Amino acid sequence: MSAPLRPAGISPTASRRLLTEPAPLRWTLIGLVLAFLAVFLILPLVLVFSEALSKGWAAYRDAVSHPDALAALQLTLLAAAVAVPLNLIFGIAAGWTVAKFRFPGRSLLITLIDLPFAVSPVVSGLVFVLLFGRQGLLGPWMEAHNLHVIFAVPGIVLATLFVSFPFVAREIIPVMEAGGTEEEEAARVLGAGGLQTFFRVTLPNIKWGLLYGVILCSARAMGEFGAVSVVSGKIRGRTNTLPLHVEILYNEYNFQAAFAVASLLTLLALVTLAAKTIVERRLYITTTAVKPDTIAETD
Amino acid sequence: MGIEVRGVTKRFGGFTSLADVSFSVAAGELVALLGPSGSGKTTLLRIIAGLERPDAGTVMLEEEDATTRDARDRHVGFVFQHYALFRHMTVFENVAFGMRVRPRATRPSDDEIRRKVGDLLKLVQLDYLGDRYPRQLSGGQRQRVALARALAVEPRVLLLDEPFGALDAKVRQELRRWLRRLHEEIHLTSVFVTHDQEEALELADRVVVMNEGRIEQDGSPEEVFEHPKTSFVMNFLGNVNIFHGRVEGGKALLGPLALDYPEHTQATPQPAAGYARPHELDLTRSDDGGGLWARLDAINATAAAIKLELTDEDGKLIRVEMGRDSYAALAPQRGERLYVKPRRLRVFLKS
Repeated sequence: MSAPLRPAGISPTASRRLLTEPAPLRWTLIGLVLAFLAVFLILPLVLVFSEALSKGWAAYRDAVSHPDALAALQLTLLAAAVAVPLNLIFGIAAGWTVAKFRFPGRSLLITLIDLPFAVSPVVSGLVFVLLFGRQGLLGPWMEAHNLHVIFAVPGIVLATLFVSFPFVAREIIPVMEAGGTEEEEAARVLGAGGLQTFFRVTLPNIKWGLLYGVILCSARAMGEFGAVSVVSGKIRGRTNTLPLHVEILYNEYNFQAAFAVASLLTLLALVTLAAKTIVERRLYITTTAVKPDTIAETD
Repeated sequence: MGIEVRGVTKRFGGFTSLADVSFSVAAGELVALLGPSGSGKTTLLRIIAGLERPDAGTVMLEEEDATTRDARDRHVGFVFQHYALFRHMTVFENVAFGMRVRPRATRPSDDEIRRKVGDLLKLVQLDYLGDRYPRQLSGGQRQRVALARALAVEPRVLLLDEPFGALDAKVRQELRRWLRRLHEEIHLTSVFVTHDQEEALELADRVVVMNEGRIEQDGSPEEVFEHPKTSFVMNFLGNVNIFHGRVEGGKALLGPLALDYPEHTQATPQPAAGYARPHELDLTRSDDGGGLWARLDAINATAAAIKLELTDEDGKLIRVEMGRDSYAALAPQRGERLYVKPRRLRVFLKS
């Protein structure tokens, strides 16, 4: 299938010489990329950890295990723990709808799914304030019923939910579309019900795409700053997430503590990145095996 | 009666895919739905399976009205054009699927499933491939797995959508013969969709020719081939030579050809065309009436029937097929002028 793109009679080494740029240009390009990576990625990463540890292990431990930091970590994980499963369900539902059915308004739906990508997080935070805030649309009613969203945990969860919702849907729509509907139809004709079809046929086919989406979604949920910052109110120990806590510490010139907490976030990011790499490889293997060598014949 | 379709109509948006289609399949019969792209044959098959709802009409399966039944309750076997095997399951699990998803009360035991899948894989001659995945199989093997999977639910009818469409010519031939034998063995009421007339004529007990959402003709392979009811059927089932002209006063006047046409005795002329298959044209060197002169352009002598291409005086291509013996007797030369005379000409009025 993937025959090398090489004229017959030319050896691999010869074709390599034919196809690649001259050595100086090659090394310049590689050097540029490496320099860029070093300045913008590696250096900051190293700085985060070196600043965090600049006052030794004890100070690091104190900063990280400070009750406010722990509360922030807890809230961050809580927001992610609520947002990710909900977005998983939403993503599957949206992916299923968009990939398996043709209906009027389908492309509008696809556009709407991307809305959180397009809108600045601060704006989306403000929207929640306008909706649920004291002067907001639903504010008086909520106040009457003693429900608190803005400057409280529900608001943070909502904002996190909103900014992280496209990830799962975005990832599985292409996987589902590539799979088509034939396998589901085959399952139906063989007597499988809706749930059986989903768990036995659809889910195994999309699981790597789904996992990939979940990883990206978690990363965003834990790292979100803008939207959460607007709705949080930044009450220490109560409505502070990790990114917000970092900012507060930094604004108080407590650099070492700020970097220590930031290193927690960085570690979360590194774990996510590793998971993403592993899943990406599996995803590549499974999607390339989707339609191996059947020649589509039109009817 | 295995399958009975009555007055089925299906529209997709503004497009009428099926217009008041009725036909039936006797129990144990193997029927081909034959037609070009967009003739509605696949839609009809999907309606029988319950994968598509008709806008009007009924579908009866073994004397039972199945029109409103969901596909999962119809007990039909369906072989998809691209097989639709479950990618992440082994061949064994693919075949076992229909049994595994049954409600617990009627689900066979694991031993029973194993035995049955084994039997089915033996039937399709793939028992050595049970633990492979679909992507590790050739097209022909996938096709047979799809068939075994469809048979595993002990369907009342078997429906196949372009069963050989995605295979190369040689595998297609083999599978065709194999499917015919299998049908003789298990005698399951079966319908298959194809756009390949040869496939339909060779395999089916009966051929239903479809065009633009309607049934053009429904009959045995001999019937539709030898006695096509419409010009479409004539045209679709093999090569034809067409002679355009008109009918009037009991005569058909088709260019240089003239013959009796008692069905139309009125004096007002009506446009018509005469159709003759290549093997229904005789070649001679003398004008004995009822034919036309044409120049021989090309000879293809690589098959049992020799294929000749001629051009008449208007520059129109005429295809002739003749047996080896008569070819040797005539010994025509390229460039030679020959007299072409139809042994048989079917006249269809133009609507």
